[in-house]
Amino acid sequence: MKNYTQKIVEKYHHDKTRLMDILIAVQSEYGYISSESIALIAHELKMSDVDVEQTVSFYHFFSAQPTGKFSIFLNNSAVANMMGREEVATALEQETGIKFGQVTPDGLIGLFETSCIGMNDQEPAAIINNRIFTKLTSFRVKEIIRDIKDGKKIEELYSASFGDGANRDVSVQSVVSNNIRKIGPILDPNYKIGEAIRKITKMTPLEVIDEVKNSSVRGRGGAGFPTGLKWEFCRNAKGERKYIFCNADEGEPGTFKDRVILTELPRLLFEGMVIAGYAVGATEGILYIRYEYKYLETYLEKILEAARKKNYLGKDIMGKKGFDFDIRIQFGAGAYVCGEESALIESAEGKRGEPRDRPPFPVEKGYLEMPTIVNNVETLCSVVKVILNGAEWYRSFGTAESTGTKLLSISGDCRNPGVYEVAWGFSVNDILAMVGKSANVQAVQVGGPSGSLIGPDEFSRNLGYEDLATGGSLIIFGEHRNLLKDVVLNFMDFFIEESCGSCSTCRILPSVLRTKLLKIMNARGVQQDIEDMVNWSGFLKASRCGLGQTAANPIITSIKNFRHLYEARVQSRKEYDTGFDLTKAVIEACEVTGRVPNI
Amino acid sequence: MSKPIVATTSLAGCFGCHMSLLDIDERILDLIELVEFNKSPINDIKKFTKKCDIGLIEGGCCNSENVHVLKDFRENCKILISVGECAIMGGLPAMRNGIPIRECLEEAYLNGPSVKNNTEKIIPNDPEIPIMLDRVYPCHEVVKIDFHLPGCPPRADLIWDALVALITGSELKLPYEVVKFD
Ligand SMILES: Cc1cc2nc3c(=O)[nH]c(=O)nc-3n(C[C@H](O)[C@H](O)[C@H](O)COP(=O)(O)O)c2cc1C
Ligand code: SF4
Ligand code: SF4
Repeated sequence: MKNYTQKIVEKYHHDKTRLMDILIAVQSEYGYISSESIALIAHELKMSDVDVEQTVSFYHFFSAQPTGKFSIFLNNSAVANMMGREEVATALEQETGIKFGQVTPDGLIGLFETSCIGMNDQEPAAIINNRIFTKLTSFRVKEIIRDIKDGKKIEELYSASFGDGANRDVSVQSVVSNNIRKIGPILDPNYKIGEAIRKITKMTPLEVIDEVKNSSVRGRGGAGFPTGLKWEFCRNAKGERKYIFCNADEGEPGTFKDRVILTELPRLLFEGMVIAGYAVGATEGILYIRYEYKYLETYLEKILEAARKKNYLGKDIMGKKGFDFDIRIQFGAGAYVCGEESALIESAEGKRGEPRDRPPFPVEKGYLEMPTIVNNVETLCSVVKVILNGAEWYRSFGTAESTGTKLLSISGDCRNPGVYEVAWGFSVNDILAMVGKSANVQAVQVGGPSGSLIGPDEFSRNLGYEDLATGGSLIIFGEHRNLLKDVVLNFMDFFIEESCGSCSTCRILPSVLRTKLLKIMNARGVQQDIEDMVNWSGFLKASRCGLGQTAANPIITSIKNFRHLYEARVQSRKEYDTGFDLTKAVIEACEVTGRVPNI
Repeated sequence: MSKPIVATTSLAGCFGCHMSLLDIDERILDLIELVEFNKSPINDIKKFTKKCDIGLIEGGCCNSENVHVLKDFRENCKILISVGECAIMGGLPAMRNGIPIRECLEEAYLNGPSVKNNTEKIIPNDPEIPIMLDRVYPCHEVVKIDFHLPGCPPRADLIWDALVALITGSELKLPYEVVKFD
């Protein structure tokens, strides 16, 4: 153990800001990070043990206990459940003889749950030793577990052919499918690679920023901040170095379009990062990718290497003196909150992914205290097309305030789940018609759990910053779905699991709201509970980051748009009910003492 | 007008809150001018003999008896006040909430360092003993509570001021020191 860990620490030059990479390597090698490993790493990096430990304990895919030679992480997103996750989970427990959260006594298989892994269009899905398995059934589970027990290697567990497009590339070989259903100017594969870089070498950085500003392109990561303006702030900020981050954390359940770009158009993305670097005067770019997409690592590294050979990256890019830029990949380790830009930076510095207080914003003080741009994958890709075809061309798509197109990740009850690129400004009804909706759509979740659950009354609203803003996730729910149980409860569980715990509001209120929700679902609620949920949610606005601030949205928006679902379940004759059940509360003690309840 | 009637009880508490009530010193004489006491450990009245106006509850609910007493208070008092941390949040007793009951009882009766003569390895199970709840509940999770008086215990002045405010219908002053965390 000593040798390997020391080698890894050396590989990262004893640099404690690279702790994530070191821990990821140790976790993959041994299946867990033991206290001995922690002590050794701490010693080598001249840190205290607890400083290493707190990073280890923060991330879902780091474990202080062995996770099995084959660690199975089954996704528990709402859509996975809709697509039959329950049956798969039961089969997994039956075949392995263990429960979730456990490892088989022989240490062969570990079973774990995990939040949405970005495969909503091909659920139920799981990750086994960094490989993705999609469209699981109880039969496939039997097959996989038997193969594992028979001593097969992870590569041998795949049965069917690989997915579409670059998923078949020799360095990917994954069963994941892109499911690109509709292309537009961003997904259009017919563009000349490297042409945008060549073009900017003939422009000044300010001209590049102006072009981006003129296009009015806004951030595609959810917040919609004007990209040109962000770049200008960073360009004007003082700092001896500057950094470009691409945010490929893509943790919002229901979103998977960045995964498709990373698979199909990584060169476009890298070009976007180079352009950003040139515009703000940065020489280093960092692509932060969620751990769930680790299966793309070799492939992306290969493409980066090829880009270096072509001088799209490296020194004096395309012959332009002083135009230096290179990109490295930083993996996360399983934490939704790391998608928040300041948490992402903390994580890339090797720390717990806890959001920072802002201001100062990353454009002034970001990675290693230097001015830093954080842009979403799709934003950076859009910029390349802006540079290639001009701001005016770009503005010809979409609406006045929402220019260009948006990649939508569509899943749930529809015929053709997948990625669709459409201009801004279409209504939800238009989108439903496009995807081949199931007969009767009860609701659509727009923008993932942090967005809103809307009903047919609002399907005429248009996607765009001026009306229904979205990071691009649309989940469709047919009339047979139980919205409170299948959707709202699942989303609340998600926020509770993913809160970083810094703010008392975000740590406590979502659990309190969940308890009330359960009370109503169990027919013990009263009218006042509904009002309480609405009123108390307001306190979440005091949270430090967007996670806490939006954590009540599943409840708030469902009460707003589906109030009848709540009111039908509350007791009409009672004004007050705590929901306390003495019979249930004494069961455990009676079991332990062998008593008959005599309450 | 007849005097308002007050009842008090200590559930899963340490009696510190009652002590704090007695800490109002000579104002206790004013208090009995202002109110009449019914069921309370202060006067040792064991059962409600009439309907009350105000019930002061110390401690949360850790067993079935606490629940019955609390429900009895709810039925017999117009206004219920959770007095102190234990009543409001479960307090110190709620430290057991993260630990399975089996572990708690085995530590207390079988394995703990102070266990000496339990050779038959018995965990008390007489039907007379109230049954432990799966966790310690704050009072408002069991019945409706109208007011909360924070503190561990709430300062005597706070209890006094709150009672006077409630009885005279005036507004209670809650300075920052009284309601702040820590
Ligand atoms: C909890 C949380 C999670 C987020 N996750 C992502 C994400 O996965 N990808 C992303 O691009 N932005 C995410 N964001 C938004 C980022 O903070 C940031 O606004 C964005 O990366 C900026 O890039 P853009 O301007 O190109 O959109 C998240 C924000 C919050 C509060
Ligand atoms: S709002 Fe939640 S996730 Fe964000 S910083 Fe606070 S506790 Fe962490
Ligand atoms: S709140 Fe404090 S003083 Fe009152 S019962 Fe609980 S521990 Fe005792």
